[in-house]
Amino acid sequence: MSEQRRDTPEQAEFREYCRRWLAESKPAPPSFRLPITPIEVMTEEQRDYLCAWEKRCYQAGLLACDYPKEYGGGGHQGFQAVATAEMGRAGVPYLINVIGLSMAAPTILHHGTEEQKRRFLPPLFAADEIWCQGFSEPNAGSDLASAASPAVRQGDNWVINGHKVWTSLAHFASWMIMLCRTSTEHKHKGLTYFLVPIANTKGVTVRPLIKMTGETGFNEVLFEDVVVPDAMRVDEVGKGWTVAMTTLTYERGAAEGAGSGGGISLDARIAELVALAKRMQRNGKPAWDDPLVRDRVAELAIRVEGMRQSLRRMRVEALIDDPMRLPLQQKVQASELMQDIARAAVEIEGPYGSLYVGDERAPDNGHWPLAFMNSYGFTIAAGSNEIQRNILGERVLGLAKSK
Amino acid sequence: MAQPKDFGFGAEERMVRDGARKLLREQAGIETLRKLVARDHREAYESAVQPARFDERLWQQMVALGWTALAVPEAAGGVGMRTIAVAALAEEVGRAALPSPLIATLIGTAVLRAAAARGCEAAAAWLGRVAAGEAVSLAATGTDGGWEPESTDVRAAATGGGVTLAGSAHFVQDARKARFFVVAAADTGGVGLYAVPADAPGLMIHPDRIVDLTRDQARVELRDVAVDGAAVVAPPGEGAAVLADALPAILAIVAADMCGAAEWQLQTTAEYARVRTQFDHPIGFFQAVKHPIVNMMIAVDRARSLTYAAACAVDAEPAEALRLARMAKAAASDAAAFCSDRSVQLHGGIGFTWECDVHLYFKRQQHNEALYGDAAYQRGRIAEMLGDR
Repeated sequence: MSEQRRDTPEQAEFREYCRRWLAESKPAPPSFRLPITPIEVMTEEQRDYLCAWEKRCYQAGLLACDYPKEYGGGGHQGFQAVATAEMGRAGVPYLINVIGLSMAAPTILHHGTEEQKRRFLPPLFAADEIWCQGFSEPNAGSDLASAASPAVRQGDNWVINGHKVWTSLAHFASWMIMLCRTSTEHKHKGLTYFLVPIANTKGVTVRPLIKMTGETGFNEVLFEDVVVPDAMRVDEVGKGWTVAMTTLTYERGAAEGAGSGGGISLDARIAELVALAKRMQRNGKPAWDDPLVRDRVAELAIRVEGMRQSLRRMRVEALIDDPMRLPLQQKVQASELMQDIARAAVEIEGPYGSLYVGDERAPDNGHWPLAFMNSYGFTIAAGSNEIQRNILGERVLGLAKSK
Repeated sequence: MAQPKDFGFGAEERMVRDGARKLLREQAGIETLRKLVARDHREAYESAVQPARFDERLWQQMVALGWTALAVPEAAGGVGMRTIAVAALAEEVGRAALPSPLIATLIGTAVLRAAAARGCEAAAAWLGRVAAGEAVSLAATGTDGGWEPESTDVRAAATGGGVTLAGSAHFVQDARKARFFVVAAADTGGVGLYAVPADAPGLMIHPDRIVDLTRDQARVELRDVAVDGAAVVAPPGEGAAVLADALPAILAIVAADMCGAAEWQLQTTAEYARVRTQFDHPIGFFQAVKHPIVNMMIAVDRARSLTYAAACAVDAEPAEALRLARMAKAAASDAAAFCSDRSVQLHGGIGFTWECDVHLYFKRQQHNEALYGDAAYQRGRIAEMLGDR
C-alpha cells in the first residue's frame, strides 16, 4: 500500500473512491473463456463483455482522468496512475480498447487538431469506437520507416493504397492510426500520419491472420483506393515519423496513456508459479522441492520486484542518470519477463505441459503453453526487442547507430 | 509502515551522495587507484605479505566529512542518517573501487546500531568511537565460510569479571585497516558479540593472500583475549538476533558497492565501444557488442532499484527489508558477474592485461559476489519466503 503515503488529499480521496467503486462494480466472470490479453479477443461475446466493462469504468471516471474535460476527460492531474493501480489491485478484467487508450489517444492529444480531439477522444474513452494500429507492412517490420503504403493527394482528399499486417483488433475496430508514404524522395520525411476509418469502408479488406497458437486476434488490412478527407491527417505532411514516435513511446510503456489496468499482475503470476510447482510432481516429489525449480522461480520473483522498483525509481529525479534510461527498458523487461515466467510454468508442468486449451486434464485449462506462445507477440511487437536494444545502446549509451 | 515513493532520498541524502562522488572523482580517480594498488604486479601477488594500501589522508578527510558518523545515531554522537544515505555513499565507494575501511565500517556500524537498538549501552560507546573515525570490521565468519551467526569458530568463556575469547574469525574484511573488531563468539548460552580493539593482547591478524587488490582480508586469531563488560555488545544468546537485525542493511551496503562498481564497468565499456574502431566502425556499431552492453545496463538498473528499495525498507518498512535486501544482493551479484565478464571480453586483448583498469573492478566484484551469500544462496532464501506465503 506504499502509494498511499504520498497521495495528495485529492488523490487519497480519489483512491478511496476507486476502491469502493471497483469493489461494488467488479463484474461477474463471464461464462465463456476470456483470452489472456485484449489483443487476442476473438468473439463478439468477448468483445461485448469487455466493451461494457470499459464503458462503465469510463463513466465512473476511472479512465481518461487526466485528459481535458472538453475532450471527454476528467480534467484532473495525477489521477490516472491512482485509477490504474487500483484497477490492477482489484483484479478486474482488462481494457479492450488498449490501442485506443494507450496509443491513439495520447497521439491525438499531442498532435491532433481541435476538431480531431473533440470528435475522436470521447467515443474512444467510452469504448464506443475501437482503434487499431496500421504501422507494420510485409516489407516494413523492424525497419518501420520503410513503410510504403501510398497516400496520394486529390483535392481535399487522400487516396490510400497498400497493405498493413499484424493488426491487432482490426476485426472490431472502427478506426486505424495509420502511417502512409506521401513522398518517395525522403525515407523518414516521406511519411504522413492519418486517422483512417476501417469498418464498413469502401476499399478496406480486413483478413484474419492465424497465430501460432491457432487463435486469430490479429489481421492483415488491405487498402484499395480508399478515400480519406484531409481533415483526417494528423500533423503536417511529412511529419508522420515524428508523430509515430509519440505513438511508440506510449506503446512501449515509456509514458502513460489514457488508462490501463485490470488483468493479472506479475506478482500474482509468481504466486501462481509457486502454487503450480507445489501441485506438480517431479521424481515423485513436489516440483517445488527441486532446488533448480526454486532457484528459477526466485530469479523470476526478483525480476518482477526489480521492474516494480524501477518504475518507482523512474519518478525520482535524483536517482536516475538519464531520463530515458529506465523508460526505454520497460518494454524489453516486461515482455521477456512474461515469456520467461510462462516458459518456467510449462517446464514445471512436465508432461502436463503438453496439454492444451480444451483438454480436461490440462493444468489451469492450458493457460501456460498458450501464454508461452503468445508471449512472442510481445517480444516482437512494438519494435522487436533487438530494435529496442539498438535504441537503448544508441540513445542512452551513445553507441554508433547500427543502421 | 509504508515506504516513501522517493526511497527517502531527499535533499540531505543527495548532498551526501553528490559530495562523495565529487571528492572521490577528484582524489580517488582511476589513475590514483592504479598507482596505489596496481603499480607493480609482483608486489601485488608475489611479495610475502600483500600490501594493504589505502590513502590515509583521504580517510581522514572522509572522517572529517562525517562519513563514519553518517549511520551512527545522534544519541551516540553521530549524524543518524537513514540507510538510503548509507547505501548511496557505499555506491560511490564502489564506483571508485576505493581501498578504504569504509564499507567494513558501515557494516560494523549496522551491527552496533542493531545492538544499541536492543538496549545495549556498551554498543553506544563503540558507536561513538566509530563516529569519531575509528574503523571497525565484523569478525563473525567461521572456517566453513558460512554466513549464519552460528558458524563462528570463536569460543567465549566467562573468567572472573570478564570474558576470554579464543579461536579464529575468518574472511575478516579490511582487517589491517580496522581499529577494532566486532567478534561473534559462542559459549553454552549461545552466540554473543564482543568489541575487541585490534591491538588487544593476544589478537593476531594473519593476512589472507587475495585476488582483490582494493581491500585486504585476514584471519583474526584470538589467543585467549580477555575483555571486560564494556566489550559486550550482545550478551550470549543475543548475538544471532542482532546479526539478523543488521543483515538487511549489511546486504544493502554490499549490493550498493557492487552497483557503483558495475555502473563504472558499464560506462567504461560503453566508452571503449564508442572509441575503439575495427572494420571501419566503432565496435559499438556491431550488435554483438552493443546488445551485451545494453544488457549490462539492464542488470545494473535492476540491482540499483532493488538496492534503493532495500535500503529504504530498513528504516521505513522493516517487515519487507530482508526480502528486498536478499533480492538486491542477488541482483547485484548477478549484475556484477555479468558486467565483469563483458567488461573484460569486450575490451578484447587489452582487457586481459594488467595495464587495462577493468581487472581492478573485475576482482573487486568477484570478491563482493561471495560476501554474505552469493546470488544462488540469496535465491535459495527467497524461495523459502515465497513458499511460506
